[in-house]
Amino acid sequence: MTEPLMKLEGLTKAYPGVVANSDVSFEIEAGEVHALLGENGAGKSTLVKTIYGLVKPDTGTMTLDGKPFTPAEPRAARAAGIAMVFQHFSLFEALDVAENVALGMENPPPMSALAQRIKEVSETYGLPLDPSRIVGDLSAGERQRVEIIRCLLQDPKVLIMDEPTSVLTPQEVDILFETLRKLKSEGTAILYISHKLEEIRALCDHATVLRLGKVVGTCVPRDTSAREMAELMVGGTLHVPEREAGETGETLMQINGLSAPSPAEFGTSLKDITLEIRAGDVIGIGGVAGNGQDELLGALSGEIRVGAGQVAFMGQDIGQLPPDARRTLGICAAPEERMGHAAAPDMSLTENAALTARKRKALTKKGFIDWGKTRDFAKEIIERFDVRTPGPGNAARSLSGGNLQKFVIGREILQDPQILIVNQPTWGVDASAAAAIRQALLDLAAKGAGVIVISQDLDELMEISDQFAALNEGRLSKPRPAQGLTVEEIGLMLGGAHDMEVAHVD
Amino acid sequence: MIILEKRPQPSQFWSYGAPLVAVIVTMIFGAALFAVLGKPPMEALSKIFWEPLFGEFNFFYLPQLLIKGAPLVAIALGLSLGFKAGIWNIGAEGQYIIGALCGAGVGLALYPMEARWLVLPAMLIAGAFGGFAWAMIPGILRVKFNTNEILVSLMLVYVAEQLLAAMALGAMKNPEGMGFPGSRNLSQYASASSWIDQSNGMHWGVVLALIAVIFAYILFTKHILGFQINLAGQAPRAAAFSGVNPARLVLFCLGISGALAGIAGLTEVSGPAGVVSIDFNVGYGFTAIIVAFLGRLHPVGILMAGALMALTYIGGDVAQSSLGLPKAAIQVFQGTLLFSLLGIDVLTNYRVRMKQGAVA
Repeated sequence: MTEPLMKLEGLTKAYPGVVANSDVSFEIEAGEVHALLGENGAGKSTLVKTIYGLVKPDTGTMTLDGKPFTPAEPRAARAAGIAMVFQHFSLFEALDVAENVALGMENPPPMSALAQRIKEVSETYGLPLDPSRIVGDLSAGERQRVEIIRCLLQDPKVLIMDEPTSVLTPQEVDILFETLRKLKSEGTAILYISHKLEEIRALCDHATVLRLGKVVGTCVPRDTSAREMAELMVGGTLHVPEREAGETGETLMQINGLSAPSPAEFGTSLKDITLEIRAGDVIGIGGVAGNGQDELLGALSGEIRVGAGQVAFMGQDIGQLPPDARRTLGICAAPEERMGHAAAPDMSLTENAALTARKRKALTKKGFIDWGKTRDFAKEIIERFDVRTPGPGNAARSLSGGNLQKFVIGREILQDPQILIVNQPTWGVDASAAAAIRQALLDLAAKGAGVIVISQDLDELMEISDQFAALNEGRLSKPRPAQGLTVEEIGLMLGGAHDMEVAHVD
Repeated sequence: MIILEKRPQPSQFWSYGAPLVAVIVTMIFGAALFAVLGKPPMEALSKIFWEPLFGEFNFFYLPQLLIKGAPLVAIALGLSLGFKAGIWNIGAEGQYIIGALCGAGVGLALYPMEARWLVLPAMLIAGAFGGFAWAMIPGILRVKFNTNEILVSLMLVYVAEQLLAAMALGAMKNPEGMGFPGSRNLSQYASASSWIDQSNGMHWGVVLALIAVIFAYILFTKHILGFQINLAGQAPRAAAFSGVNPARLVLFCLGISGALAGIAGLTEVSGPAGVVSIDFNVGYGFTAIIVAFLGRLHPVGILMAGALMALTYIGGDVAQSSLGLPKAAIQVFQGTLLFSLLGIDVLTNYRVRMKQGAVA
């Protein structure tokens, strides 16, 4: 083919105070899987939003099939053949699969016909999915399939996928890749955004690397090492967390037959979880999102109270203690959702520092808050964890997701906890900051604390864990030493991939 | 096309400027309204805002300002605690009535004891307790059975009104009242009167309202409890994560607002109102909701909003009697004040941008 399917030329988009995209140009051929690489804030989201008609560029042109392409809104982009699978699903949990798909269509066909179409498409592309199932009961991988099928029903020319594998088990990733390769063989172009460089090497034909809104390089991922790509993204050498093989000490926390119903509708109840955390231990807990991660963190932080004898700290039964009392003992936690759970969006960073640190940092005297001391603590977090913000007086919501994550993790680590439980500690954080957070977690363990890292990023867990356990439908597998575990073994522990088949490519 | 864009930070300027601009907008709107009604607009405005404060008869109106303002401020302060935390006590009017009844009951039972040091404090405590207990009904129902405190507290207003009528016509009726409904006049019973200086409008309700302003200010700026109230209102999950006990917060906020409403009711019944009568309550409990929001749920703001609201009441009366403005026009005017404040308040968190119409 001589003419590329899609061509972007000189796209520039500036927001007050920041240039999100500056003179970005690249081309995508039909049947090509094109990777878009970059750290958080590099401008990937703005770029795909431009293609999808959500953002209007200040200057620059796009062409699709040789014709000028200026979508005023997503509907126009979809009509032109652009489809997008977002990182966060927009599905109604109380409705079934077919109803969810119909909601995204301009002129939905009758339900029975639509269900038939969904069945056909899902079989053709090896994405097994029952149109009559309620979305609330589906796993994250299955929910993603709903989104993908919703896109495929439009017969797209270009499919945009934003971090599609962050919620999948290795086996589910394989299934997804088979589907994408089949689409590619049919001539669909795929624009693929991911942080996971090994995946990009396995799947993509070309890669465009963005840094600070500019294209800083292109490469053929197959011929480039992951490290080289990472360094292109960061614009420097990458610091890999290192740890001294410390010896584990006495048992700090004992979880014994922990069972608790989820407080949320469509949540996952915890079922008979047993785990021992020793001083100096880093325990990695993997699992696909929605398998009880939030509930496990809540039961350990004190948000969810559990029955007698289920959670003990240094021999003391703490299952009924509220969060503050547990913090006083030395148990700190950082939940996954930063805005509204780990931090209050409309409050200043100083106030957010007081949110969890008031007991361990002695920020209150007889109930009166020492705001000076609190501000100093907030400043300390900002400095030590390189939080990019004008100062502690700024509202939490003014920070980018990655920066707020650094603040939240820093707030807990600087309290010197005996036990730290974190959920998705580096989610949405760029590579160098993620490395810094992992290093800080390892340093904490080296000082004799027990650390539980709940994450969906298996590479991360392999990098820092001493022991690995998997959470599946509220049950925790028996922890195994992380060293020497293979990807297949981990996949089986995660257990998310049974009764699924890999697409048969004809 | 005009679009609203969320600000990354709440605007400092607009959080202070919005109430001021709202008052100005209300004045402009009011002037137009009065002009349409065929009244001289500037004169009407000056009757409302100027006459009570600086006019010839301000010796009469200024005390009125204290009398009308104090219960509004006291009740609104209590309500603001709950409103910040997302706990909606709409029934302050009922708590005000029950506070008055309990306090008056103590006063009438002790009549004619001559020990002011005992009688008035006992009445105050009984009044506060009455309001507190009445507010505990929606509180405990919400904590135990997850009922909606808005409905329960509102319904209890009507129950309280029936109780008031029953008391005024029955148990508390003045035995020397020659059969007329209504209790003995507490303001004329020296040991029970809440008056400190009647000619200047000073009574214990005014003093206690001011003390409550100071306490509320300290609570919200310095104390962990104020922080937790804000947190629970803004981010309930973060509050739970931080360790706030939601049930305790509900009971605390409802209890304090009930007690403050009860005190307001008691100081009213033993002072400006004097007697327990069928039409004792005049809607302070509902108007205080407006005052709380007009004052941006901030203690000092509520103090100013209470004064402003009282001023529009008194000034409205002046304009009614001297210019013959209809009462409805004054009410529209007061409504405009709240309306424009809430409207302009949007600018604190959002900015207005003009945008070229999208190409179809």
